[in-house]
Amino acid sequence: MTPQIEIILVAIIVSISCSLLGVFLVLRKMTMMTDAISHTILLGIVLAFFVTKSLNSPLLIIGAALLGLVTVYLTEIIKKTKLVSEDSSIGIVFPFLFSIAIILITKFASDVHLDIDSVLLGELAFVPFDRMLIGGVDIGAKSLYVMGTIMLINIVFILIFYKELKIVTFDNALAYVLGFSPVFIHYALMTLVSVTAVGAFEAVGSILVIAFIIGPPITAYMITSRLKHMIIFSILIGVGDSILGYIIADYFDVSIAGSIASIIGFVFILVFLISPRYGVLLNMYRRYKKRYDFAVMTLVFHINNHEDTPKRIIENNKLTLHEHLQWNKQFCNKIVDIALNSEYIHSNNGIFYLTNKGKQYVNRSYKDIGYSNV
Amino acid sequence: MGTLQSLFSDYTLQIVSFGSALLGLVSGILGSFAVIRKQSLLGDAISHSALPGIAFVFLLTGSKKTEMLLLGALLTGLIGTFIIITVNKYSKISFDSALGLTLSSFFGLGLVLLTYIQKIPDANQAGLESFIFGQASTLLFRDIVIMTILSAAILLIVVLFWKEFKLISFDPLFGITIGFSATKINIIISFITVVAIIIGLQSVGVILMSALLISPGVAARQWTNKLSIMILLASIFGIISGVSGSIISSLIPNMPTGPVIVIVISLIVFISLLFGRRRGILWKHIKSKRYKAQILKRGDLV
Repeated sequence: MTPQIEIILVAIIVSISCSLLGVFLVLRKMTMMTDAISHTILLGIVLAFFVTKSLNSPLLIIGAALLGLVTVYLTEIIKKTKLVSEDSSIGIVFPFLFSIAIILITKFASDVHLDIDSVLLGELAFVPFDRMLIGGVDIGAKSLYVMGTIMLINIVFILIFYKELKIVTFDNALAYVLGFSPVFIHYALMTLVSVTAVGAFEAVGSILVIAFIIGPPITAYMITSRLKHMIIFSILIGVGDSILGYIIADYFDVSIAGSIASIIGFVFILVFLISPRYGVLLNMYRRYKKRYDFAVMTLVFHINNHEDTPKRIIENNKLTLHEHLQWNKQFCNKIVDIALNSEYIHSNNGIFYLTNKGKQYVNRSYKDIGYSNV
Repeated sequence: MGTLQSLFSDYTLQIVSFGSALLGLVSGILGSFAVIRKQSLLGDAISHSALPGIAFVFLLTGSKKTEMLLLGALLTGLIGTFIIITVNKYSKISFDSALGLTLSSFFGLGLVLLTYIQKIPDANQAGLESFIFGQASTLLFRDIVIMTILSAAILLIVVLFWKEFKLISFDPLFGITIGFSATKINIIISFITVVAIIIGLQSVGVILMSALLISPGVAARQWTNKLSIMILLASIFGIISGVSGSIISSLIPNMPTGPVIVIVISLIVFISLLFGRRRGILWKHIKSKRYKAQILKRGDLV
């Protein structure tokens, strides 16, 4: 397995692990907590490092996961006092813990490769250098196995607790009433987030973890409203972003993690604008077009209403039409042209009449808007 | 005593303390508004969004002059804010998700630019990274001058628009009904918040800036119900943490300034939460004990 493949594989595995959790976090509006956790696990790593004196011990992951929980717990305590809002609670707790971590590192561990840069930024490029040795045999990059295991844990968790996750996410109160424990699900999710963040730390760094947890899920959210589809799309988008990001980083020789995070952002903006169902640009265009469609309908209704009366000479007159409809002349002419092109109306001596097609259109439209034209 | 004396005559320390004090003042004021408007974490996102702007300006101009870099930071900070608010407004994406996405993508873009810069031969880019963690000890006199000017401008705007800010922060709907433009005022507040964050980037860096924005306001809130007093207290807390943070970190060797400032202000927050007038946890505890004692004594419902 070439280094390039290993790098891309690790990125893909991390993105899948994060997408699985991210979908639920996004739906529960808990993404800021993951931002906080991904910063504070540094403290957990530092403390665990002081105990074990080694950067490779599994205790690091446990320590970091524990600290993730501590972060959540402290934030909850502060929030419970009702003296501080939720987002402010998060904003107080995590910088405090993170500052402690930075101080500890700079004071006591500055000679160790617990480099703050790599904490935030990670560096995917170094993944192939850290090998996994079993009995002296090199079976691949260590990150592959660590993240692979975490990914499997996440997959199993989602599969086993899918129904619980679903109900707790969408109807918390119902979950309580039915006897589920939203609190358990909440802390379980957060534990997995901490574990995933720690595992992904060295490889991709905090920032990319946040990007993976939020980006592909919300991009998927702009495409679909169904939970299963959201998860699938999220995984696909995450994988796609990783590959694309790597290619670009490789070409320009820049930070791989940064490149993937940027692509995640770009892709989201793209989908945000042009998604067929929820895209902003498309919806703006639809609303714009609806305005014209509605105007044509109004025009044809008007002609229909006055057609059989003697007043049609004034009401349906080409020259005075815009006055009766209270439109400005240019707009009126545009609408008339559309109606003429659609063969809903025809003009006779300067007066408009409905065509057969027009009459059918009128009846259809009345039915559509629920008006009985009897 | 000798150390204390050298404290007051040390030029660098004076500069760093003054800069941190300015930072504390400004973030105290603007942070209070952010806390009231429940937009505390916006500061975090804006700080992270500033990184690509800094790198980009350096790429374009090759200059590391503070005002140029800050301009770039301001630009991307504003773009980031715009994206967050627009995405939240025009889709079903929640505010915190928009925050997190903008934060991470922009920061990632900043990283890409930084690593790109690193490769350019003889590009003098050392020190750009100090924006990530802040390096208060690298502040120069001209940096302080810029910070002072910006802070003064921010203060002036806050004083001028005091009534409008107060109105739109507490009751935007009412403000709209009496004819104020909530959008315009929000834009002004966001703008000066971004400027304040840019000021702080140099001292405490991207990551810790959000703490400085939130904590003084939260701490001050525990002591009063009046906005004017809250902002006054917040600025005082901010200044105290800035100055003491600088002094403490200079006394201990190998101690970075930013984190110490954050720890000081965090401690102020915790103390305020416990002992704050009328609302503090300690007083609630005492009051409830007194109440229970009264009930027991009287034997009936007081």
